[in-house]
Amino acid sequence: MPKYAMVIDQSRCVGCMACVVACKRENHVPPEQYRTRVLEMVNGEFPRLKSEMRSELCNHCDHAPCVTVCPTGASHKEDDGTVQIDRRKCVGCKACIAACPYNARYINEEHGYADKCSFCQHRLRAGKKPACVATCIGQSRIFGDIDDPNSEVSRMLRDNSYRVLKKAAGTRPNVYYINQFPKKS
Amino acid sequence: MAGSFDRFWISSTKEDVMAFSRRNFLKYAAMSAGGTLLAETPFLSARAREKAEGGNVRYVPTTCEMCFWKCGVIAKVVGGEVVKLEGNPLHPQSRGRLCARGQAGIGLLYDKDRLKVPMIRTGPRGENRYKQASWDEALGYVADKLKGVEDKYGPEAVALFAHGSPGTYFNNVVRGMGSANVAYPSFAQCLGAREVAWELTYGQGPNSTCERVDLANSRVIVLFGTHLGENMHNSQTQEFAEAVGRGAKIISVDPRYSTAASKASMWLPIKPGTDLALLLTWINIIISEGWYDKEYVEKYTTGFEELKKEVKSYTPAWAAQETDLPMRQIVESVRDLGRYAPNVMLHPGRHFSWHGNDVQRGRAMAIVNALLGTWGRPGGIWLPPKVNLAGFSENPEHPKANKDAVVFGDYPFAGGEGLTQVLRETTIKGDPYPIKAWIVAGTNLIKTMPKPDLTRRAIDNLDLLVAVDVMPTDTVMMADVILPEATYLERHDGLFTITTREAGIALRQPAVAPMYQSKPAWWIGSELCKKMGLEQYAVKDTWEGRMRRQAKKWGIGFDELADTGYVAIPGSAAPYITATNQPVFKTPSKKIELVSSELEEEDFDVIPKYEPIEQPKKGEYRLLYGRSPVHTFTRTVNNQWLWELKKENEVWLNKKEADRIGVKNGEIVRLENQDRVVSEPVRVRATERIRRDCVFMIHGFGQHSPAMSRAYNRGADDQKLITRYKVDPICGSTGMRVNFVKIIKEA
Repeated sequence: MPKYAMVIDQSRCVGCMACVVACKRENHVPPEQYRTRVLEMVNGEFPRLKSEMRSELCNHCDHAPCVTVCPTGASHKEDDGTVQIDRRKCVGCKACIAACPYNARYINEEHGYADKCSFCQHRLRAGKKPACVATCIGQSRIFGDIDDPNSEVSRMLRDNSYRVLKKAAGTRPNVYYINQFPKKS
Repeated sequence: MAGSFDRFWISSTKEDVMAFSRRNFLKYAAMSAGGTLLAETPFLSARAREKAEGGNVRYVPTTCEMCFWKCGVIAKVVGGEVVKLEGNPLHPQSRGRLCARGQAGIGLLYDKDRLKVPMIRTGPRGENRYKQASWDEALGYVADKLKGVEDKYGPEAVALFAHGSPGTYFNNVVRGMGSANVAYPSFAQCLGAREVAWELTYGQGPNSTCERVDLANSRVIVLFGTHLGENMHNSQTQEFAEAVGRGAKIISVDPRYSTAASKASMWLPIKPGTDLALLLTWINIIISEGWYDKEYVEKYTTGFEELKKEVKSYTPAWAAQETDLPMRQIVESVRDLGRYAPNVMLHPGRHFSWHGNDVQRGRAMAIVNALLGTWGRPGGIWLPPKVNLAGFSENPEHPKANKDAVVFGDYPFAGGEGLTQVLRETTIKGDPYPIKAWIVAGTNLIKTMPKPDLTRRAIDNLDLLVAVDVMPTDTVMMADVILPEATYLERHDGLFTITTREAGIALRQPAVAPMYQSKPAWWIGSELCKKMGLEQYAVKDTWEGRMRRQAKKWGIGFDELADTGYVAIPGSAAPYITATNQPVFKTPSKKIELVSSELEEEDFDVIPKYEPIEQPKKGEYRLLYGRSPVHTFTRTVNNQWLWELKKENEVWLNKKEADRIGVKNGEIVRLENQDRVVSEPVRVRATERIRRDCVFMIHGFGQHSPAMSRAYNRGADDQKLITRYKVDPICGSTGMRVNFVKIIKEA
């Protein structure tokens, strides 16, 4: 069984939002709600500025607080390493939304269940990459099996220093970030 | 991806470069096959994918028109509904990826505000009172009115304004009648000056649907105001990210810290309007410090000695003062260029009508490229592919125009796309002859041209305004007759010749049938020809039939093209100079003209000269404008998915300036320009990311047409504030970054 992970090369993100729209179309995300977002953070004073471009999504944590708090077992960890929601079991109590340190979840207002990024599980099953990865203009999002030493994600994590978001939360995320700032040659 | 640099930039032989697209393709295949479970079948053709997936799914390869880059798209259709758009991996403009707008094309197709039926105006202009009409009635009405104008004033009184695909089909109406008054804002309000600058220097422009910039292999990339990423052109931005990823030096010359500037190793926040001072100084340094490519200059250029003499006076110290940049930055940036030449480039830019001296600014950029020997070199400007496709027409030649067109004004280098503002002026003045009917196809003139009050005045002078469009834009809602065009997902267009490193053929074909009563522009134009008694210019049967005959003539299998969306022309790629692949310069001297003989003939400066332009007074800011990656001018502001991401624009104001005048971040203000024109309310974005002497807005907001329900009254219209423009004396394009605004606090 693979263990899926995403590596985000922040230096290659151009902030074009293709991932965001691809995700919304692919997953029928309701208006004004998002499963992924792109943040552009600029620090410093004119003209000495530094900028970080950061895509955020569900981290599919190994120690996922959303899974722990879920009273019905709707939120659960699957064998492929992804965190998924069984919509039939979800009662919309929002405990997971409060528990998630990454603000990755929302309630689908139309149907009442909690929702979030699934790493496009339906596409994975069809042998495709997540929609955001497939369309990423900068090839900033890289996806694959972290248990396979030959996969691109494994190689990226070997060749680069990486970080995860809110490490101190102890959630052990499966979304990794490399090249926080562009290399300034 | 890291390895691709070494693989590609060294390989300058034709064979290696031919392998480029193949290799790219294999790379996709390999990447997909790499993961244990991610064994994605590479896209080979629509039929093959349908067969593999089974069920009720259709895939339709076609060409995007959310902007004008012409990306290859694969539309996924389930039960007659387009459910997903993806980039065509076989097409070099998209390479399997689509930007936000491309993904959101479905939002245009299913926009509830689309124009649905032909309409004829019944109330005063601009009051939005229309009656629905059948196509027969609407086209009959248009034909009668056009004939009336022709009888009374002559055929030259009928004019066409267009952008994108639909223009093609109305050319036959207007030129068929005997008028040559056709203008595209893409020249005078956009990249005309750039094209002319490079034509004067190299005998050829850098290509507008895909600038021939070898970003993927470049070691130093200089961007003058070009904000790639925010200005989203798919394959070009892909290559830009690749360049950033492998550590190419990016030098961004921009008063604003754009996303591209945030990727740069050097950001030069230049004082707006002084780019030419920097460029001429760079030329001086390149020559005096010996960074230029001596062999290349000797072999391919003329006028070097004269250039050398002319630029001597442009010193770094002087430039530092003029441009407000540190001298160290001015010198170091150009030395970086010299160090890595010829695998470097000054990106030619795109929207170029800035200050009215734009051809000369473009010339200076072209000259820097020439001195560094970038034209035809890996990482520079690649040579156009070798393609020799015969022209294709099924209609007789248009008659000789009854009277000379006015669209070239008095500008010796006004391009074939014509000058919109001259057409507008002639419409207002009736001199040298009246212009009384406009067909406006796919362009929102009121939001595109400077001085929108003049556009309205010209429209008031018309006997007939016909609008052909998909959305009820501000300009459409001024029209006497509105003809609803089918979206790009519902119609045929093409064939398109796609020239990237290689040449290829693409097409547009419907993913679904036209909704409501909308019709493809080819049909509208053709039917109008018939109603006008211009049957000889009508389409023989259908556009698809015409495309099939065109493909046959070109020796391309149409069914294969329709199945894959793109067919490459084998052997066409020859991007780099080799012993057997020499560049051809279509200038009078057959060389790169550092000193322009054509400009000499017309009595312009043969080498660009710097003249300072007017700067804002204290308390005023120069109004700059640009792009958002999720919008294409006003064309996308009503699209559900794009609107959600960017509903309104802000005015970027330097943080210290905001503090000085007591304006808070997020506060709503208005802008008042030098002519006392006041903007709609707009939110301030107080930021360190812009100089203190200018403000910036994203263009395309502030729609006044209530029929655009989402975009209506959202954000502020920058065009409204552009009440002043400076015309480039060489090509007639309208420099629009010459307006100054004050910030007015809302009471």
